[in-house]
Amino acid sequence: METKLYTLPEAISLFVRPGDTVAMGTALESLIPFAAGHEIVRQEIGDLTLVGPISDMLFDLLIGAGCVRRVVAAWVGNVMMGTGYNFRRAVERGAPHPIEVVEHTNLTLQAALKAAAQGLPFLPTRTALGSTILERNPGLKTFRCPFTGQTLMAVSALAPDVAILHVQRADALGNAHVWGNLGVTQEAAFAAERVILVADEVVAPWVISSDPNRTLVPGFRVAAVAEARWGSHPSPCQGYTNRDDGFYRAYHGASRTREGFEAWLDRYVRGVEDHGAYVRLLRDEGRLAGVAVREHAYTVAADYGF
Amino acid sequence: MSTPYTAGELMIFRAAREIRDRELVFVGMRLPLLAYLLARSTHAPRAVGLFENGVLRDQPAAEPLITMSDPPNLRGARMCMGMETAMGLLQAGHVQLGFIGGAEIDRYGNLNTTEVGVDDAVVRLPGSGGACDIACLAGRLVVVMKHERRRFVERVRHVTSPGYGTGRGWRDAQGLGGGPSTVITDKAVFTFHPRTREMVVSSLHPGVTPDEVRALTGWPVVVPPDPPRTEEPSETDLAVIRRYDPEGFWSR
Repeated sequence: METKLYTLPEAISLFVRPGDTVAMGTALESLIPFAAGHEIVRQEIGDLTLVGPISDMLFDLLIGAGCVRRVVAAWVGNVMMGTGYNFRRAVERGAPHPIEVVEHTNLTLQAALKAAAQGLPFLPTRTALGSTILERNPGLKTFRCPFTGQTLMAVSALAPDVAILHVQRADALGNAHVWGNLGVTQEAAFAAERVILVADEVVAPWVISSDPNRTLVPGFRVAAVAEARWGSHPSPCQGYTNRDDGFYRAYHGASRTREGFEAWLDRYVRGVEDHGAYVRLLRDEGRLAGVAVREHAYTVAADYGF
Repeated sequence: MSTPYTAGELMIFRAAREIRDRELVFVGMRLPLLAYLLARSTHAPRAVGLFENGVLRDQPAAEPLITMSDPPNLRGARMCMGMETAMGLLQAGHVQLGFIGGAEIDRYGNLNTTEVGVDDAVVRLPGSGGACDIACLAGRLVVVMKHERRRFVERVRHVTSPGYGTGRGWRDAQGLGGGPSTVITDKAVFTFHPRTREMVVSSLHPGVTPDEVRALTGWPVVVPPDPPRTEEPSETDLAVIRRYDPEGFWSR
């Protein structure tokens, strides 16, 4: 059996290169691949273009860590608390270095990835008409519908070099099950040149084929699978990890100053050897108990019999 | 004497009143999320909530939510989909009502959440998220935000989420339907004049004077003579809000 299993550090170092366009945080506030983001910081992979709809906290952290040259997103910050201080410092003062921002709405970002996933140069939408968002995104242009004459917004295709997706479970071939809100995850998986899956659990292939409607992406589209239990922390992963609200609050307070943010990185990212050490730190801080699933709620099995 | 309530609780209550039974509502976050939960628990039990992350539910979640993707919002949902399908419902005109907030709003209801300030004093804000999509595509748009002079400006610097642009006829010319119907602040409720599309006072909250609203608004806002007073939440309404926001994270 051809396996695509790697350790998380291997997967990141093999498939994320300096200067890459990287899609992350595609499900919105859940399933954010924080463990992969932290590994990017530890490996000091820089000059990245980040792509994502709302990027709760992770993009802010990567910007502050100096890994980012450009952000292509609809919203950058800390959803619970509002402002992302590193994003502000980078845009307003060029600290730690200037970044370029390409503005999107959630729908235009979805359409951009979908167009790339379908091999189209663009897709039409009815959004962002009359807004000034298109002044800050060369990939948005109004045009006249050839059939109805209506004014529509064309959204040009956006194909990331790599999509990093946190999933509940995957097999070693890269077939993945995801459940819950999907956001633009499937679009990103099919638009990207390479896909890295970070799974809370690696399971046998028969588990995936027992429920093919739940499969997000077929293994042949996937470059690497890395197992990382708690890898979405502090974001939730339904059935595995609850949201760690206190962590987002603490980050907001710490990242208010550059020094506070550096101390945060030293404690939770650069100061831990790998994701396993991060999990041990969370356990020592009493955080794992707080985000463990308190009551499981399994679906009723679907019958694929014939 | 009614039960004391916070400004946030009054805004949530008033926002809930905008939701009609059986409507499909694009819910969003923060105060509007609580407004949906309140409406669903009181006068609009068959209102369906749609979230841009892909969650659709017709019953309140069992536990308080901080974000739309929190695990309690998925458990017991009727459907979990991708953004394409959720936004597709919006784009196809099936969403009767959408809520957004804003950092800055102008007299025609245009909203800015991109950037405020000028030159070397620019403050970068998080951006649109789904706000622009909701403002462009929802049947009715309700804006919920704090009323401050620096937020209520003659003309926003960036139109992140379009209102009525420069006034009557502007949305048609852009290819947009819908448009803002109500703005709810901690001081007053506004609607849009049918002829000019300008934001005008519809009711003042208890204890708020016309002069106070004029002073907090960056254009010569129209206040009708003897403006009505905004309806206040009942004890039942407040109990529902406090059940879903027990720490008062959003409502206090």
